Amino acid sequence: MATPVLSPEEELQRRRRRNSIALGLVLAALVVIFYVLTIVKVGPGVITQRDL
Amino acid sequence: MAFVDHSNADLTATGGARVEDYFALLKPRVMSLVVFTAIIGLLLAPGGINPVVGIVAILCIAIGAGGSGALNMWYDADIDRIMSRTANRPIPAGRVSREEALTLGLICSGFSVMILGLATNWVAAGLLAFTIFFYAVIYTMWLKRSTPQNIVIGGAAGAFPPMIGWAAVTGDITLPSVVLFLIIFLWTPPHFWALALYKQGDYGAAGIPMLPNVAGEQATKVQILAYSIILVATTFVPPFIGMTGGLYTAVAALTGASFVFLSARLYATAEAGAMKKVARSLFTYSLSYLFIIFLALITDRVAQLIGWL
Repeated sequence: MATPVLSPEEELQRRRRRNSIALGLVLAALVVIFYVLTIVKVGPGVITQRDL
Repeated sequence: MAFVDHSNADLTATGGARVEDYFALLKPRVMSLVVFTAIIGLLLAPGGINPVVGIVAILCIAIGAGGSGALNMWYDADIDRIMSRTANRPIPAGRVSREEALTLGLICSGFSVMILGLATNWVAAGLLAFTIFFYAVIYTMWLKRSTPQNIVIGGAAGAFPPMIGWAAVTGDITLPSVVLFLIIFLWTPPHFWALALYKQGDYGAAGIPMLPNVAGEQATKVQILAYSIILVATTFVPPFIGMTGGLYTAVAALTGASFVFLSARLYATAEAGAMKKVARSLFTYSLSYLFIIFLALITDRVAQLIGWL
């Protein structure tokens, strides 16, 4: 099977797509960290407003 | 799998750095040592910490260390280009621009300090901020290029992580955490001078005043031996202040004796080729030594907690 050769433009596109995915994952991780930290620090009452 | 035709385009000039290049800016190998020592500090500290908060604290310390690494690469790009050990780093190799490294370094530093402060306490966050400042400004911008004692004072930056891990739990700075700091602080000079002894051509070409280039090989070997003895003596402090017990003491004695023996052998070796070989052995051994000492600290503590000792 012949190995496909990427042009520099295609390679650039591929790298930018990978960078965007990586950045998206980092941002998603930040959201999760802030959410979990809030629950741990403030308690589940922050959602139900049970203790507020 | 695909191959790239590099014939008519410069991918870097058009923002085509890979994720791996940005990750390399964070100095992952240094980060792994920072994470390890910070975890030990966190686990040795009295009292408890919520596991989730503990994991976030370690993550923040790692990202903070990575941020300072990126700032170091941003500032040192000119000398990194000259040394064989650093010539393939993302900036000198032309894969990432200096501006990108500066931005990444500032963002990682800022976020890590802020999140650590919110997650644990502001003593730990303040220590992390000071560590980043110390490494990026005091060491990288000032000491590294101006004094052969650069890594002695600059080594403090690498010694803070266990103290930050400790402070994340307790919110204070106490004698045991200072002892953890001192062990890494005193370990740094013999570790880096051993590297400088067999890589001194590189440092000389880059104009960095490392001790072997400035004071000579003999003076460096004397200082390595002196620091090794003080280091090994310091590793016996934890049992005296009740941090650890017999298991740690035995490990510290055995590994410490080997450390001093290797340093003494380096001191006694005059022939250039053999000396570089011993220097390399000491450099490699010193990495394992620090790992074993910290592992022994935590193993001893765990063994005491579960009643084995």
